[in-house]
Amino acid sequence: MNTASPAGANAGPVVMAGSPTELWQELAAETAAGRRFAGLMATQRPEGLVLSAHLAGTKDITTYDVVLPPGASSYPALTPLLGAAFWYEREIHDLFGVVPAGHPRLEPLILPLHDERQPRPRPGTAGPEPAGIWPDEHSVPRHVLGAGLFTIPHGPVRSGVVESIEYLVETPGEDIPHLNMRVFYKHRGVEKRFEGMPAADGVLLAERTEGVSSVAHALAYCHAIERIADVGMPWPAALVRVLHAELERLANHLDAAVRLADAAGLAVATARFGVHKERVLRLVSRMCGSRFGRGVVVPGGVSALPQVSSGEFLAEIGRLDKAITADVRVLMGTASFLDRLRRTGPLRPERAREHGALGPVGKASGFADDARLTRPYDAYPALGLGEPSRHAGGDALTRLRVRWDEVRQSFHLLRQAADELGDAGGGPLRAERHTGDGRATGWAEAPQGEVLYDVRVEGGRLIRCHPRSASFHNLVLFHEVFTGDILTDFPFIEASFGLSVAGVAL
Amino acid sequence: MSPWVPRGLRDGVVTTRWPDRPDPYANGWRGPATVLDPHPAGAADLAALCPAGAISSETDGSVRLDRGRCILCGRCVERRPDVFGWSRGTGDAALTRDRLVVPAIPETEQNLAAVRAALRARTAALRRSVHLRHVDAGSDGTEEQEIAALLNPVYDIHRLGIFFTASPRHADVLLVTGAGAHGMAEPLRRTYDGMPDPKIVIAVGTDACSGGLLAGSYATSDGVGAAIGVDVWLAGSPPPPFSILCALLGALGRLPKAVGR
Repeated sequence: MNTASPAGANAGPVVMAGSPTELWQELAAETAAGRRFAGLMATQRPEGLVLSAHLAGTKDITTYDVVLPPGASSYPALTPLLGAAFWYEREIHDLFGVVPAGHPRLEPLILPLHDERQPRPRPGTAGPEPAGIWPDEHSVPRHVLGAGLFTIPHGPVRSGVVESIEYLVETPGEDIPHLNMRVFYKHRGVEKRFEGMPAADGVLLAERTEGVSSVAHALAYCHAIERIADVGMPWPAALVRVLHAELERLANHLDAAVRLADAAGLAVATARFGVHKERVLRLVSRMCGSRFGRGVVVPGGVSALPQVSSGEFLAEIGRLDKAITADVRVLMGTASFLDRLRRTGPLRPERAREHGALGPVGKASGFADDARLTRPYDAYPALGLGEPSRHAGGDALTRLRVRWDEVRQSFHLLRQAADELGDAGGGPLRAERHTGDGRATGWAEAPQGEVLYDVRVEGGRLIRCHPRSASFHNLVLFHEVFTGDILTDFPFIEASFGLSVAGVAL
Repeated sequence: MSPWVPRGLRDGVVTTRWPDRPDPYANGWRGPATVLDPHPAGAADLAALCPAGAISSETDGSVRLDRGRCILCGRCVERRPDVFGWSRGTGDAALTRDRLVVPAIPETEQNLAAVRAALRARTAALRRSVHLRHVDAGSDGTEEQEIAALLNPVYDIHRLGIFFTASPRHADVLLVTGAGAHGMAEPLRRTYDGMPDPKIVIAVGTDACSGGLLAGSYATSDGVGAAIGVDVWLAGSPPPPFSILCALLGALGRLPKAVGR
């Protein structure tokens, strides 16, 4: 292996590997030594198909590239060595048609096609976007094995106002020995849409990649662009970014609480946390005009200061903190609620570590890699996060406890950032020069966990932009958390993960 | 006594009185961009301002903005505040797709009365008990949260006799979100076919109206209009709960004159 010169002075380490087999062994050794597998992607380049793996360390995320020979239709699969690559290789197969030989279950994931030879989107390919591609759901097999087993299809149109996904619950009656997920229904072709956009406009699509984490996706995208351009940002801008990122975390965690309380039939708790969430969204909209913090984060800084004074903001944050804390105390003392969550949907700590589970799902199983702490960005290095939450229960209840810890940390961060912002005074909010050519990774800690972007810019336009959401990385763990649970536990487990399908199907 | 009883009484009534009484949050809402000056200088260059292709320059030197494509990024308002501004309030819905274009295309005006009358005829039977079904056809996830927010005590649509139902068989109104992902075309059609007549379809959000930034993708049909007939088009990225409620009541003919456009 040899280290290639990075694209920009600050663009992060890129390691070129000689062959996939050599690289996979390196990855397996590195992850065994404690580094976290953060994703695998592919890009169509003039020299051939490039496979890029990402490994997260304590300071940076290292990118490992390997080029397949032109025309190669397969490569040895990584999944047998590193189980966390299971969905990543299926995604690559869907988008490029290249076969990971030896993959244990190479079914379509995000783009099922009726014919292997059909044209694929192949992100990274220059030229116009391919004409309409229609998924064929019949090309995904429905597995039912064993006597007395049957499949309960649940979705893609499900009861309630939720995103489209189909769960195929294979059950002998009440237990859930196996679950299949079909996430392709709402595949939108996001990766191809990035291509050709001016680098400054890409942030708009990043905000819509996984809308409930608009700010985190905008941050991860902009961090990559800023690394390529090798620019920092004014201090007030870094603080405004933290404000919006933490308010987004509050809104998402409160939404998870609403769903859990609703699943347990706690009408007052559902209403209370629903009102708190509405107040957070209204505060965000008073600050910037959008209830999801859209349009705030731009490459090189932020577009404007919040349109709410520091004093007014702190007063509203104080009221919210008090009301939420009091309701959380009652919720976490409601036995009928806790009974439904305790020991429901357990994720074993060793599985969380092996997979590199992100966000609250990982933290609840004792695997904490919070990008705000380990690879801090924006104003986080200067702000205190407070005590990290230490849990290892791994069940839905522990995941909720982790969320409440994060809510407390968010209030702590919001107060510090608002105080600092009040003292920061005027000045520019955006670096003068904020785009350049090159390739870099960028990350941010979304409410669901770390979001990772791998971006390449040429001539000021995006050549390739691969978003990897925490939802994509974590949702595959659904396969393993139903052991011992029954059908009525399903909504609790789903809500306790708190993921968004938009970020999975892309 | 359950500790939830005092918690529930704690903040008194938080529910809005809208639409019977004005609500400052609804009236002050910043909606999609609109055209302030339809005959500006240098109209030919204005189309390039919009990353979503919502702005078009006409041959006569005038400019039009399709709110059904507007993603509310604000580029046009920022660069040409003399030509573009923000709309205020919740009137972001229209009965035909063309009516989302500002300034209005004149020939669509005559047509509108007929469309409105036909919709009234269908909604008359629904009276004051209405059941909603939602289908996500490729959204970014925010529209679902804004629709679900209608159930929280602040909006509490149950007070208006509007309920969500789990089955299309019981539904009167179909709320469709998302850019029209190809994979959802068939499930969407099946849901629509499963609803009894009369039925109303509302396309919720800019993505549902036009595909938004995902228009032209190999995996979407530039909005949901290609898959099913839409009665009400609602712009917004995403539209807030008040706008969704406004579109819904507008479709049912239940908006007070002071609120309706």
